[in-house]
Amino acid sequence: MFDAFLTLVRRDLVLAMRRRSDVFSTLFFFVIVVSLFPLGIGPEMNTLRLIAPGVVWVAALLASMLALERLFAADHDDGTLEQMLLAPQPLFVLVLAKVAAHWLVTGLPLVLIAPLLGLQYDLSAQALQVLVVSLLLGTPALSLIGAIGAALTLGLRGGGVLVSLLVLPLCIPVLIFGAGAVEANVSGLGEQGHLSLLGAILVLAALFAPLATAAALRVSAE
Amino acid sequence: MSTRLINWFKFSSPATFYPLAGRIVTWSAVVAVVLLAIGLYMSFFVAPTDYKQGEGYRIIFVHVPASWMSMFIYVVMAAWSGIGLVFNTRLSSMMAQALAPTGALFAFLALWTGAFWGKPMWGTWWVWDARLTSELILLFLYIGFIALQGAIDDPRRADRAGAILALVGVVNIPIIYFSVKWWNTLHQGASVTITKGSSMGQVMLVTMLIMVFAFWAYAIAVSLARVRAIILEREKETTWVRELVGGAR
Repeated sequence: MFDAFLTLVRRDLVLAMRRRSDVFSTLFFFVIVVSLFPLGIGPEMNTLRLIAPGVVWVAALLASMLALERLFAADHDDGTLEQMLLAPQPLFVLVLAKVAAHWLVTGLPLVLIAPLLGLQYDLSAQALQVLVVSLLLGTPALSLIGAIGAALTLGLRGGGVLVSLLVLPLCIPVLIFGAGAVEANVSGLGEQGHLSLLGAILVLAALFAPLATAAALRVSAE
Repeated sequence: MSTRLINWFKFSSPATFYPLAGRIVTWSAVVAVVLLAIGLYMSFFVAPTDYKQGEGYRIIFVHVPASWMSMFIYVVMAAWSGIGLVFNTRLSSMMAQALAPTGALFAFLALWTGAFWGKPMWGTWWVWDARLTSELILLFLYIGFIALQGAIDDPRRADRAGAILALVGVVNIPIIYFSVKWWNTLHQGASVTITKGSSMGQVMLVTMLIMVFAFWAYAIAVSLARVRAIILEREKETTWVRELVGGAR
C-alpha cells in the first residue's frame, strides 16, 4: 500500500518535471498577483505592511485554485484514472498520493517564494517565518479540499471556473487562520492559536477530504 | 413487503409521489398565503413600536424567518442528498435539487433585509461580522451547488456530484461558522434562544412565529411544485407521464 503511494508520487513528480512550464505558470501567477496589489493600492509602506498577510494568502488561494484543474484531468483523459479506480489498493491512498504530488509541485514552490514577496511588503523577519509556517500548514489543506472540487468537475465544460466556485467558499477557514496567524504576529499577539487551528484543519482535511474525493471520482468516472 | 402495516416506500416512487405532491402544494400554498396575510398585517399594524429601534425593527419579521429557513433548508437538502447517495433513490436527489433555489432565495433575502436593517441601526449597509459573513458564504455554497448541477448534463451524475458537494458543505458549515466567529464578532446576540426563552415582547414573538410558519408553508409549496416539474422532466419517457400529459391535453 505504501509502495503504491510512493510509486504514484514519484510518477506524478516525473510527469511534472517533464512539463515544467505548468509548475512555473502557477508560481508566476502567484508572484504577479502579489505584485499587482501595490500597483493598485499605492506604494505606501504602512498600508502595504498591513495588507501583506491577506494579499499573500489570497494570492496563494487563487494560485492553488488555478492549478487544481490539472490534478486529475490528464489521468482522466488517457484512462489512467480508471485503472486507479480498479486498482486493488484503496482509492483513499491513491488520492492522497495524487494530492501529495500535486502539492509538492504547485504548493511547495509558493511556500518557498513567499518570504521574498513578504520582503517586498516590508514584513519583519519574524512575520516572514510565521508566514512560511502558516503557508506550510495551509497550502496542503487547500490542495486536499480543492481535490474534492477537481474530482467533482472532472471533464465538465467550464471546469476551471466551476472549481473555484465550489472550492473557494470551503477554503475560507484556511484563509482566515492563515492570514490571521501572520497578522497576530505583526500586531504582537501570539500566532500560536491560529497555527494550531490551521494544523487541526490540515489533519481533518487529510482524514476526510480524500474520502469525499474518492467518492467524487467514482461518480465522475462512470 | 406486504406484511408491513405501512409501506414506507410507497411515496418514494415518482409516479405515486407526483399526485401527493400536487395536493400538498395546493394546501401549503393556501396556508402560506393566509399566514403571510395575517403575519404581515400583525407585523405592520399590531406589533408595537420598539422603544429602542423604532419602526425600522419591523424588518426582522421577514429577516429572522428568512435566515432560519436558509440554514434549515441547507441541512434538509444535505439530508436528502445523503439519502439519495446511500439508497440510490431518484426522488431524494430530485428533492435536493428542488430545494436549492428556494434556499438560495432565502439566503439572499436574509442578507438583503439584513442590509436594510443595518442601515438605520448600525449606520451601514454591511459589516464584516460573523453572522453576516457566514450567511454570505452559505449563499455561495448554494450557488456552487446549483452551478455544479447545471454544468452536468447527465442527471444521475449531477445528482450524485451535487450530493457529495452538499455533504461536504454541511460538514464544513460549523467550521466556517466558528472560524468566521472567532475572526470577528459584532452582531447582536440571538434574541430568541430555546434555552433562555425570548427577550422579545409577546406580540412580536407571536408575529414572528406566524411569519416563520408562513415561510415554511411557502418553502414547502414552492419546492414541491419544483420537484413536480423535475419529475415530469426526468420521467418524460415513462408511460405514466405520457398518460398524464396525454390525458391533460
